[in-house]
Amino acid sequence: MNSCIKQSLFKEKTMKNKFVFIAFVMSFSIKFYAQNIEIDSTATVGLTEVIVIGKRTLKNKKQVKPLSSIDDYLEQSNKITMIKRGNYAWEASINNMLSERLSITIDGMQIFGACTDKMDPITSYVDVSNLSEVEITSGQQGAKNGSTIGGGIDLKLQKSSLEKEEFNIGVDMGYEGNSNSRNISSELNYSNNKFFTNIDGIYRKSDNYFAGGGKEILFSQFEKYNVSGVAGVKTGDHSTLIGSVIYDKATNVGYPALTMDVSLAEALIASVSFEKDSILEIINKWETKVYYNTITHIMDDTKRPDVPVHMDMPGWSDTFGFYSKMYAKKDKHNLLFNFNGYYNKSLAEMTMYPNDPNENLMFMLTWPDVRTFYTGLYGEDEFLIGNNKTLKFTARFGVQNATIADDFGLNSLRIFYPDLENSKTRFTFNLSSQYEMAIQKTKLFFNVGYGERVPSVTEAYGFYLYNSFDNYDYIGNPYLKNEKSLEANISVNRSVKKWTFGAEVSGFYMMDYIIGKTDPDLVGMTIGADGVRIYEALDDATILTTNFNASYKIIPSLNINGMIGYNLGNDNNGNNLPLISPFTYRATLHFKKNLFDADLNVNGAGKQTNYSAYFGENETESYMVLNVSASYNFYFGSQKLFVKAGVENIFDTNYSTYADWNNISRMGRNGYINVSYLIR
Amino acid sequence: MKILKYILPILFVSTIVSCSNDNDDNNTDPVSEVENLTLVQEISNDTHTIELFTKTGELIQGYNDITIRLKDKTSNEFIENATFTWKPMMHMVEMSHSCPKSELVKVTGKETIYNGFIIFQMPENAEEGWDLTFNYTINGEEFEAVGDISVPMSPKKTVTVFIGADEVKYILAFIEPQTPEVAINDMTVGLFKMENMMSFPVVENYKVMLDPRMPSMGNHTSPNNEDLVYNASSKLYDGKLSLTMTGYWKLNLMLQNENGEVLKGEEVTNDNESSSLYLEIEF
Repeated sequence: MNSCIKQSLFKEKTMKNKFVFIAFVMSFSIKFYAQNIEIDSTATVGLTEVIVIGKRTLKNKKQVKPLSSIDDYLEQSNKITMIKRGNYAWEASINNMLSERLSITIDGMQIFGACTDKMDPITSYVDVSNLSEVEITSGQQGAKNGSTIGGGIDLKLQKSSLEKEEFNIGVDMGYEGNSNSRNISSELNYSNNKFFTNIDGIYRKSDNYFAGGGKEILFSQFEKYNVSGVAGVKTGDHSTLIGSVIYDKATNVGYPALTMDVSLAEALIASVSFEKDSILEIINKWETKVYYNTITHIMDDTKRPDVPVHMDMPGWSDTFGFYSKMYAKKDKHNLLFNFNGYYNKSLAEMTMYPNDPNENLMFMLTWPDVRTFYTGLYGEDEFLIGNNKTLKFTARFGVQNATIADDFGLNSLRIFYPDLENSKTRFTFNLSSQYEMAIQKTKLFFNVGYGERVPSVTEAYGFYLYNSFDNYDYIGNPYLKNEKSLEANISVNRSVKKWTFGAEVSGFYMMDYIIGKTDPDLVGMTIGADGVRIYEALDDATILTTNFNASYKIIPSLNINGMIGYNLGNDNNGNNLPLISPFTYRATLHFKKNLFDADLNVNGAGKQTNYSAYFGENETESYMVLNVSASYNFYFGSQKLFVKAGVENIFDTNYSTYADWNNISRMGRNGYINVSYLIR
Repeated sequence: MKILKYILPILFVSTIVSCSNDNDDNNTDPVSEVENLTLVQEISNDTHTIELFTKTGELIQGYNDITIRLKDKTSNEFIENATFTWKPMMHMVEMSHSCPKSELVKVTGKETIYNGFIIFQMPENAEEGWDLTFNYTINGEEFEAVGDISVPMSPKKTVTVFIGADEVKYILAFIEPQTPEVAINDMTVGLFKMENMMSFPVVENYKVMLDPRMPSMGNHTSPNNEDLVYNASSKLYDGKLSLTMTGYWKLNLMLQNENGEVLKGEEVTNDNESSSLYLEIEF
């Protein structure tokens, strides 16, 4: 068991290691800010969608509660579906693609979850108190911060502006009846023309929730807190130095859809950046950031009754990185260059405790201490080619090396791949071009792109990772080729009098599509598993996503909007891919008069007929739920009190969606109240 | 030419001598030759002391890799040119018998140490125990030394005695890996036939089929194991043992003769959790 002890000490040791890669930070980047328009949370510009986190500004145009989780905010996006394994740490999917096919960053920083079972999407390590907005991009539009297939999500940290003097303190409180969820958050913002700081903290505690009909969903509780601080100093007429730290800690998180819970998910996310604007006539802005984040994730099954074998599954992920973005403008060209790099270390282990206490512990490395070193260069050029016609090209080139640093892990994988080398270098290319035109009140947008991604740590190096969705153990495949995708998107937006319409179609043709295939010769490790699947590359797969939205202004204070979406995903044999959304719809009647807002919202989905039985899906029934909410702003001099209350799932419908892991039922009727108080 | 005829052999011999002199300088240090070994015990007669070494400093039921040195009691010098035979004997209440063993031979390239293995198929108990007899010759003179040795029971099944379908009594012993790893390990076992109480010849050209399992993990098995086949040079059976995690592994075996007939053991299936022929490891 020496190795076990060694691994446990491992974390501490490597924390001390210093990486001199920062020396590589000699970079160029460019950006232009032509498109820096105030965007409403629902608006779509091209294929970019921006969700404003309405907490601070209280710009809650949508029915989101100020103290919603970040997951609730993301779920409002037309592009995003959240995959749920419980009531916490949902996993975002864009275009029916999950984390490994997306580029998800926090203010441009790469950060990788430490859980082999995807219980900690990186969105779980920030909270609404940290963020000002979320930028969601589809397909290759999301390659700005990293290579991607499905799209990108950039969670933007809240930072005050040095332009205006400000001092305010805010307190938010929220309560949710269904899960007895208590949320409190507070923040302090200060800025003058030399210095700014934003400090905030949030605490959430939630008990088990109850599904429609009153069934308690055991192991759906969680508790978390998050504190963050950002501070900026003006270092010259056109330059600012900004530092930020986020500390996020979740404990006692239940995952009712999985066989294990989490006793600790902890992240420290820190960065220092330097921004300079108006450098040269053509360079508007140049921002360089170095960052570090470290995640500890401890899975735990000690609270579960009847586990066949008790196990510990801790995981660690540390990332050091940098980026340097330069925004430039020359004639009609708006340019952005982003030179970025990171070094990530992912390690996860599993210790199983035999029922016979005299037997030795059973230990394996499930992520064999993989060190990933990536550097890439992104460039985009957007230029006007006439009246209201824009053309944009983007390209990203990346080099990525992955090295297995632990011999124990290397030897483990060599059981499957006897000639496996401990190091592998890959290259990725991402390209896209877009054409946007506006004719009177019609906006048209075309995009074609090509993208590549490298296999994730799990896909390449995972060792007996149990997937409760299809009940198989998964083994990584280090010889996978890069996954490639050809994509095309068309979107149209048109306003006619009181109507606006929008439609969007995206198609992805993917080559060497990475997915698990059963190896009949292998025997599962997890007790009760059906067997072992190895990640393999399908020759090709296709995904089609469509959505159509419309809104109509009935009278100035009453507006109705709706959205329907339909998606398809098939492999090369015409079989359905897993986790593809069925027909979905959403409609909201929104009333706003002076300081009063009210919403009546309905959303639902059709029966999921195109499911993948191979990956453990079954036909999910159709459902429809109804929500209602109302809010009011009270002003007392410069102070402001905002109260929002509502009821979700009014009819206490018992339902689950295609995106609910193992068909776990969603929350039943839930009454909530949020109160925000702002002192200026 | 005639001179050359004499000079060449002289040069040749002197080269060898000088080489071996070099070796002497490097290797005669008697301590360094047993550096990674631990003394188990000494067995003496009037003239000599035999020192027994193993890695652990103990003998145990099953396979034992044993190194010895022979010391002259009067000069305290180690004797480098002895030839040995050895005879382990189990003295039971009703009878006595020996066990499978290799020859005890001088280690190539070393000066003072002799090496061989013994497979004790049963442990001692309160009434019954092992002794070990050495018969050795130095410069034509014969000597004998006998001593009691302690062979406790192995905590895991590392040797098994069974009667095959051919009515022959076999002894199968686990030899390698002595330090198993989570990896594909080179595995070695020894297979012997019990002809009579004193004779345990090596069984050649059979096959030992291997199916390692973890009973604590729902009888999980590992991929890419290789059955054990006879290695004519070592006279042992070599295969590959893949271990996906640490812990207790039951190595289910089936013994097959040259004709492919199964002499002992059953296939592990959903209904049959283990073979009647097995060995165990834990790490």
